[in-house]
Amino acid sequence: MSNMGGYDYLIIGNSAGAVGCIEGLRSVDKSGTMALVSEEECRVYSRALIPYYLGGHIARDRLYYRPLDFYDRAHVGVFNGHRAVKIDTAVRMVKLDDGNSMSYGKLLIAAGGKPFYPPIPGLDKKNVYSFHSMSDVQGIEKELPGVRSAVVLGGGVIGLMAAEVLHGKGIRVHVLELADRLLAPVVDETTSQLVENALRETGVDLYLNNTIGQIHGGERVESITLKDGRTIPCDLLIVGVGVAPRVELAEHAGIQVNRGIVVDKKMQTSVPGIFACGDCASTYNFLTDAVQNMPLWPNAYLGGRVAGYNMAGAEREYTLGTQMNAMHFFDVNIVSAGINVTEANQNDSLDIIKNYDAEKKVYRKFVFSKEGTITGFILVGQIDRAGIFLNLMRRKVDVRGFRKEMFKNSFGYADLPETLRWQLLQDDVILGVV
Amino acid sequence: MGRIMAKPEVCMGCHLCEVWCAVAHSKSKHIVKAFLYEVNKPLPRLVVEEKLPLTFALQCRHCAEPDCVAACISGALSKDPESGIVVHDPNQCVGCYSCVLTCPYGNILINPRQRGIIKCDLCAGMDTLYCVSRCPNEALVYVDC
Ligand SMILES: Cc1cc2nc3c(=O)[nH]c(=O)nc-3n(C[C@H](O)[C@H](O)[C@H](O)COP(=O)(O)OP(=O)(O)OC[C@H]3O[C@@H](n4cnc5c(N)ncnc54)[C@H](O)[C@@H]3O)c2cc1C
Ligand code: SF4
Ligand code: SF4
Repeated sequence: MSNMGGYDYLIIGNSAGAVGCIEGLRSVDKSGTMALVSEEECRVYSRALIPYYLGGHIARDRLYYRPLDFYDRAHVGVFNGHRAVKIDTAVRMVKLDDGNSMSYGKLLIAAGGKPFYPPIPGLDKKNVYSFHSMSDVQGIEKELPGVRSAVVLGGGVIGLMAAEVLHGKGIRVHVLELADRLLAPVVDETTSQLVENALRETGVDLYLNNTIGQIHGGERVESITLKDGRTIPCDLLIVGVGVAPRVELAEHAGIQVNRGIVVDKKMQTSVPGIFACGDCASTYNFLTDAVQNMPLWPNAYLGGRVAGYNMAGAEREYTLGTQMNAMHFFDVNIVSAGINVTEANQNDSLDIIKNYDAEKKVYRKFVFSKEGTITGFILVGQIDRAGIFLNLMRRKVDVRGFRKEMFKNSFGYADLPETLRWQLLQDDVILGVV
Repeated sequence: MGRIMAKPEVCMGCHLCEVWCAVAHSKSKHIVKAFLYEVNKPLPRLVVEEKLPLTFALQCRHCAEPDCVAACISGALSKDPESGIVVHDPNQCVGCYSCVLTCPYGNILINPRQRGIIKCDLCAGMDTLYCVSRCPNEALVYVDC
């Protein structure tokens, strides 16, 4: 047991949050010593690219999120293949699984999330994988040649991406979803329906209001019996029901946790000098004014970036975070952002406009606050320039004067009232006075 | 690092900036050949905002803290630390459209030919900023800042 040295800045994790921190921090402090500890063996890759790689759209070397020389150029010491097992906040030390320890001046926990496995006996069999890490990729790849029928547990974003990949390989795919519709947490009923249609049209088997009753087989899953009694042959089982924030390190160190590790707008935890970001954290959502777990790539990167600035002493706040998803399933493009208002949670005080063109399969929905600001939106089929809506939402612009215009596919800054338009564009886009 | 600013009061909505942007990013860089003979018809990387009589061209701001780069799940978008240009690497891009959702100006354009995007590269490697130099009314100006 020895001390592997002290660093001004130490990061636990090696993904979006860690990279955001390194890049933010190094734009301020070029000389402070910095290191990261990562349980995974490989250099930083994007887990969000797993579907594209397994689907055959990109080569293996494109899973990597930053070039090979990224850490060297940023002067970051990398300790791959090591798990941090304990944070001792009193002496500012992190203990690793091999008994060694490292001390830090400032610490970032960017430990991400762990795929959640429901308590169904048999999920520990060999041909069961989540869709989350490089080790899943390697495992699934080995299985693929022998798979004729696959079961995907979970009809959320990750489950559906897995289903599309497997379907593309000519595999018979069965998607099981406990809720009565797909993607329920992130989109409304109409959007779910559009996705459901797209899936059914391509021949993916959907089982809503359903889950696994029993798993059959020895070392490997051979078939499953559904809750409703039907039996499906199964050569590969993908568990994609959600990701739980990895908070155990923080919890044991006495850091405040509320689902995720709670941070303030500077991304600092309840213990000064310790920061957190990404899937393991609960961060500020400007629409709900609450601290929430928002496990999304941009949220991890930006949270990490802001943490990096603050760790280096440059004050910054991350105040523009909220739920946002850009998705596509079987070529249906969808974006959703903000609060997901559905028929189930809709009430009379909410002001909603929507427009559905069944023929073109184009759908738009906007939800407004009492003050006329956008609090949520969904676009399906036509997503061009969606960022303008996100910008209006982030800037809390009262859109009552032009909200119908927002149904236009060509909606842009020209459609805004004059004063507002020039207000938003004056500094960055327009030369002179208008 | 500079950027291209618009002067709406002198823009007449001729869309020549779009035309020349497309030509600049075509194979032949020749206005007739590009549109008539190239298999992949050239595409512009900027938008002319239009609500007559108002028109003005809008292209990527190469933001200091670009939201598109933060959102990019593949690393295809990056901000060059030296030039300040926000660069897109089409070989790394998977077409997830996270950048389309996050660019506040709507300046990431969906590539209609294949899953992916196109954006302004400030005419990297070319001898001139095409939209600026070909605007007949000088409604686009490159400003150092
Ligand atoms: C298949 C898939 C597709 C996705 N697609 C999208 C998408 O299109 N858009 C989007 O916004 N989001 C997407 N996401 C979500 C996105 O990938 C995550 O939000 C993002 O990866 C979170 O980054 P992070 O830095 O918080 O942590 P993670 O990416 O979870 O990484 C955390 C790292 O920390 C390591 N670690 C954890 N604990 C320790 C420890 N004690 N010691 C050492 N190392 C440790 C882990 O091994 C891991 O490498 C997708 C996710 C998946 C799985
Ligand atoms: S694409 Fe949009 S967000 Fe990205 S740098 Fe350009 S203007 Fe900024
Ligand atoms: S569409 Fe391409 S450039 Fe845009 S965020 Fe996705 S991978 Fe990055």
